[in-house]
Amino acid sequence: MSKIDSYRRNFLSGLAGTAAAVTIAPGVFLREVQAKPADEPISDKVRWGMLIDINKLSDGGDACIEACKKEHGWGDEKHSNDQQDAQWIRKVKVTEKMTGKTMSLPVMCQHCETAPCVDVCPTGASMKRADGIVQVNKHICIGCRYCMMACPYKARSFVHETLVDQRPGTPRGKGTVESCNMCVNRVDAGKNPACVDAAPEAMLFGDLNDENSQISKVLKQYGGTQIRADLELNTGVRYWGI
Amino acid sequence: MSTNTVFSEVKNSGLGYWAVLGFFGLLALAGIAAFYYIHHHGHYVTGMNNQIVWGMPHVFAIFLIVAASGAANVATVGTVFGKKIYQPLGRLSAFLAVALLIGGLVVLLLDLGSIGHVIEMAFGYINFKSIFAWNIILYSGFIAIIAVYLWTMMDRSKASKKLYKPVGIINMIWRFVLTMGTGSIFGFLVARQYYDAAILAPLFIVASYVYGTAIYTLVLMASFKMTGRELGDAVLNRLRYTLAIFIALVFFLELVRHLTNLYATEHHGVESYILNGGPFSNLFWYGQILFGSLVPMFLVWCTFLRNNRMALAVAAALAVFGGLAQIYVILIGGQSYPLVLFPNSETSSTFSDGVFNAYSATLPEYLLGIGGVGLAICFLIIGMKIFRLLPTTLSDASVDPHHS
Repeated sequence: MSKIDSYRRNFLSGLAGTAAAVTIAPGVFLREVQAKPADEPISDKVRWGMLIDINKLSDGGDACIEACKKEHGWGDEKHSNDQQDAQWIRKVKVTEKMTGKTMSLPVMCQHCETAPCVDVCPTGASMKRADGIVQVNKHICIGCRYCMMACPYKARSFVHETLVDQRPGTPRGKGTVESCNMCVNRVDAGKNPACVDAAPEAMLFGDLNDENSQISKVLKQYGGTQIRADLELNTGVRYWGI
Repeated sequence: MSTNTVFSEVKNSGLGYWAVLGFFGLLALAGIAAFYYIHHHGHYVTGMNNQIVWGMPHVFAIFLIVAASGAANVATVGTVFGKKIYQPLGRLSAFLAVALLIGGLVVLLLDLGSIGHVIEMAFGYINFKSIFAWNIILYSGFIAIIAVYLWTMMDRSKASKKLYKPVGIINMIWRFVLTMGTGSIFGFLVARQYYDAAILAPLFIVASYVYGTAIYTLVLMASFKMTGRELGDAVLNRLRYTLAIFIALVFFLELVRHLTNLYATEHHGVESYILNGGPFSNLFWYGQILFGSLVPMFLVWCTFLRNNRMALAVAAALAVFGGLAQIYVILIGGQSYPLVLFPNSETSSTFSDGVFNAYSATLPEYLLGIGGVGLAICFLIIGMKIFRLLPTTLSDASVDPHHS
């Protein structure tokens, strides 16, 4: 097969994949999270993951960001400047230098399987749950910020000031590091992460270890791109359209 | 070790001693005040942020820790390599190393966001995959080894003399690993364009010799002058040429590091940012390279300045300045360059994606860092008064009978 034919075939199959995703979307993007009994330990039989189709995010992720802010209460620090404010999720605009093609996508903790932030943390505060959710244990975080140096996605923030009126499900505090925890409190209660509920047409949440889960099925069929896949971190957050 | 050297404490506690102690004590107090201020308000009162997460306090802390390892090198040369002329210098070398290490560690500790959790950490889980965790063991082990090493140098028992060389060798190996561990803090950061290079480990080892030798030389000259002891050219010339050779070695390793980076297309951006026109370029070329490396080497190797003590003092002071510049460029410059999430693309966001991050240290950060220097020197000066660290003389005749 000539190079051009090969290119054409790849292009057409990509188009077909996107069309298929659009067609099956109403059936695919279903909630499939089961509540975990409080006395049951976290199991590594599950690996939570997320798929984001940026072509369907008409606002580039603004609604997700607002939902995350509302759920976890970050972003209204009184004294911190713009560079010091916490941001658990952000909208990144990307323009390819040569072609000028632009896209916007939400970027947060990618919940790596082999997370650099977990490797470098001296106390184990930066940890990965058995079910793949990466988060910070605020009770033992000493605030050294080594995890922030190590994170390839710049997904972490340091709390630069005293906070008041934190959300009950989201412990936050001055002098500790924080980041997207995939709404672990909601997931354990059998709900979707807040961002997924804010953009159900574009985001899918589920168990990557369960081959019958919707997310596994569509990822198996159409794949899913990782940001900085070259680092081989096997992220739990995958994208379509980047 | 040399048995005919006589050591003594600093006895003449005149106004000069207390004035020096008071000055550095004030610096240490200012550092503590800065810690209290930052701790009370939170880090928003500093120039550090979510992009530049380690700032000026870390520049001082890393410099002091790296210098500590190098300061002990003077003792190593006497013990491990049997150079007799270095042996009378060993006590001060080992004690200075501990003083600098404590100064640096205290700064690191006091900059932590949640210092209270450190106590829990001591009784809790430690992640041994973390270089930081390794460093905690390496640093505390270093202090313990130095304590034994000092004992072998200062005690007259047979047991201590027997242990002098083995402990010296252990100390040398331990320092080697310790400085590699400090360099590896950066070497293991996979996603940062300016780090993630194994050469940072040997670079830090050699840089430690520069910083340590420079500080040791300045401390030796100042303490001998202030206590009225004789310091001959034989000792100073050894330190002088040691300093210059180590500066040349750092220069070489930096050259290799940058040339390697310049070969790889993916690093062109960050190299251009650091070397050519970015906010760190002047500090790199004038601070680290010209005044921190080339001028000191000239001051040492220029034949007109042979035996010139002022030239040596200036060279050592410039090497210290160059070292601070080097750490600043590596630490702040490396963080200032944006992370590359999407190669060959321009990125922007409300979280400083794709921009060169600016950093400007605030007064409390300077005070915290300088406070660590103050604490280290206070510790040293008090040590000189309690222990017999300084030889009564280092005249040419006493250190080398064949010196002409």
